[in-house]
Amino acid sequence: MTLLGQFALWAAFLLGLWCVTIAFSGRWRRRPELSQSVIRSVYAVCGCLLVASVALWKGLISHDFNIEYVAAYTSRNLPSYYIFTAFWAGQKGSLLFWAVVLSIFAAAAQLLTSRRYAYLMPYVAGVTSAVVVFFVGVMLFAADPFERLGFTPEDGRGLNPQLQNVGMVIHPPMLYLGYISITIPFAFAVAALLSRRLDTGWIHAIRKWTLVSWLFLSIGITLGMWWAYVELGWGGYWAWDPVENASFLPWLTMTAFLHSVMIQEKRGMLKRWNLGLIIGTFLLSIFGTFITRSGVIASVHSFTQSNVGYFFLAFLVVGAILSFTLLYTRWSLLEAEVQLESMVSREAAFLFNNLLFVGIAFSVLWGTLFPILSELVKGTKITVGPPFFNRVNVPLGLLLLALTGVGPLIAWRKASTANLKRQFIVPAASGVLTLVALLALGIRDLYAIMALALAGFVAGTIMQEFYRGVRARRRMHGESTPVALVHLIGRNRRRYGGYIVHAGILIYFVAFAGMAFKREREATLKPGQSVELSSPFGHTYRFTHVGISQYEALNRIVSAATVEVAKNGRRAGLMSSEKRQHVDSFKRPTFEPSTEVAIRSNLQEDVYIVFAGAVNGTEEAVYRFNVNPLVWWVWFGGLVLALGGLITMWPGGGPLAVSTRRVQAGYEAALVGAAKE
Amino acid sequence: MNDILSRRGFLRSSALSLIPLQAFDVVQSLARGQQGDSLAGRGATGTLRDPSVIGRPRRPTDPKENDREIQAIEQQLACNCGCTLDVFTCRTTDFTCTYSPELHREVLALRDDGKTAREILDTFVAKYGEKALMAPKPQGFNLWGYLLPGVAVGGAAVILAAVLRRREAATTNATAESSPPQVAASPEELERLRHALEEVKD
Repeated sequence: MTLLGQFALWAAFLLGLWCVTIAFSGRWRRRPELSQSVIRSVYAVCGCLLVASVALWKGLISHDFNIEYVAAYTSRNLPSYYIFTAFWAGQKGSLLFWAVVLSIFAAAAQLLTSRRYAYLMPYVAGVTSAVVVFFVGVMLFAADPFERLGFTPEDGRGLNPQLQNVGMVIHPPMLYLGYISITIPFAFAVAALLSRRLDTGWIHAIRKWTLVSWLFLSIGITLGMWWAYVELGWGGYWAWDPVENASFLPWLTMTAFLHSVMIQEKRGMLKRWNLGLIIGTFLLSIFGTFITRSGVIASVHSFTQSNVGYFFLAFLVVGAILSFTLLYTRWSLLEAEVQLESMVSREAAFLFNNLLFVGIAFSVLWGTLFPILSELVKGTKITVGPPFFNRVNVPLGLLLLALTGVGPLIAWRKASTANLKRQFIVPAASGVLTLVALLALGIRDLYAIMALALAGFVAGTIMQEFYRGVRARRRMHGESTPVALVHLIGRNRRRYGGYIVHAGILIYFVAFAGMAFKREREATLKPGQSVELSSPFGHTYRFTHVGISQYEALNRIVSAATVEVAKNGRRAGLMSSEKRQHVDSFKRPTFEPSTEVAIRSNLQEDVYIVFAGAVNGTEEAVYRFNVNPLVWWVWFGGLVLALGGLITMWPGGGPLAVSTRRVQAGYEAALVGAAKE
Repeated sequence: MNDILSRRGFLRSSALSLIPLQAFDVVQSLARGQQGDSLAGRGATGTLRDPSVIGRPRRPTDPKENDREIQAIEQQLACNCGCTLDVFTCRTTDFTCTYSPELHREVLALRDDGKTAREILDTFVAKYGEKALMAPKPQGFNLWGYLLPGVAVGGAAVILAAVLRRREAATTNATAESSPPQVAASPEELERLRHALEEVKD
């Protein structure tokens, strides 16, 4: 199967090269059969990479430990679903995963895109194939997933214990899907630039793709936070690690694009900016991959240091030069159709919102790269960790939260003073009331107070928008409130789906603010001994150590430390945190012992118990006990965000009428131009 | 050839991987329940059957480990094992790390010598270099690190506001020159318009 896999990779590489050559040579414009050939080669590349993927999965499932990748990431006693997911657990497999998913997306883009954008599709095929060729090239020349060993080990090393978690089954694919699908909007943007068809047509063609990409990135990042929380055991979910930052960067610029593209659709403005954002988002996704795979910056998430980083760096530099040069050459074709009419308008609010998104992206990128810069300039190594990022980004984040509430309240084109008064009074009152309530409750953490008060303001905005919409429908159609709400969302999915996304973001901020009040303590307990910890909500938890039991499981020896938990004097149940020593099928230890935390969650707070170890081989256990407020709301915020995203992208929400007219006008202009030629 | 999976085995493995993700937890917990008897320690402080599988032996917790000031100091110090975590987080999370417990003992020793938090941080910087801090001191070149994002966003906001104001003025002038004479609407008409706009507002 490895021979078949390698053959499939070579076939994909050569077919991809053919596609790129023909697509960018432009010959297809005079020869329809070449145009067909370009499109068909996209499907052929996809087929080849599917064959290569099946070959790797076959190797994994059949325990072919002569394949270096299989020996490095699986063992005979690894649960079958982790054998399946080991496909993307390591550097080489994840490169193949990236390539095959991109080829599927590329084929889907060809299949699903309306025929009215046929003039873009050969270029789209060329760009997607160029990216696929790059990934396949990296595999063929630097990271071959089918590489064979000179011997066959009796058993493999097994999967890193921290990857043996449900979160790791779904978090990396989601994040990859987000990263990878960014290529499709980028391909359309480049195609629009190459074809000089720069009306809003390409924006309509990519609308669903940008939302898909944003949604996958959002879900992937949230699942990554969840995995870090339940698996890494440090009691938090975001640590500003370089790889976390790398996933956050394209999300920020993509979110900026989703806002600014509305201005282009409605008003024909910001064409250059939107193209720049899409190109920047794609390059940031490649930058993220470079950070993860090069080892240039230390991160707990990185793959093993390898030379593939050089390939990514070269691809990043070449991609940036070509894309921005192309944008520069089309600069004069990208004039705005109208000018901004007022500083106090939705357009201006969106511009400032974009500025903040891009500003936060810059600040995260700057902080991530600052250690390298410092070493280059000063020759001294420094660490840039959470205190730096919190200091720089939290104020920007709070400004962004404020704009989330302000934007929807301001009218398009120009807002009058009367309009502003009418729109702002309820949200502002909501924010002020929240602030007063927080102060009355004795909360004094400045950032937490600001976040929660602004959350009150944004909640006021969102509720006002829904209330007015429902009221208008009730008045016009005589509908009941629930029916009016459903119809309101259904008839204007982009707008109200967007508000639901805002509600998700608001919930995130509230939950993040909660972590300012977490409590923790360490304790060493003999069986029967207890320790108490009070929570910020005024509850008192009593933890009584029951004992440590040891038993064997499928691929590990488990030492479980059990604690009886009482809340406010009433028994709440038993919680077990574990130490796991993973072993291969010959009972040989494969990794250092890992820790599994015990978590009990409710709407107010999480009880989070970490078994740190035993004293001198006895049942006397060392624990860390945490009470983490509002963590449940982080995951709920993620669900609300995803729901809002799904509503926004649900089929049928089509482009705005005004935007469609703009495309038709562009098409007519192109026809007239062609006729003159 | 026993390690080659049968077709049925392959299909079963594939189907398992498609089980809804929540079901994994259920499956795992069921599996855990079936995996042999507990091998509990003997007596109230009995020894463990196999202490080697539980990781590095631990010392009993020192009361100072719950000292908020000590924790705050350690949260400003980077562990030098390469984990990117601070000393407090590393020593209470990565129980295989031998560096963070040692750094923790150094902090305790310096505290016992009567050093303040600032002096402890300075001692660490003198001994391990600036990378010992979780965030660089905001001085010299490092100021660029702290200030540039804010300055860039602030500067861009000022420029954006100036450009928008200029365009607003240009648009207002152009509209004034080209627009037909204004006819004042009656209050009733304005109210009707306001209602209509409210209903169709996007």
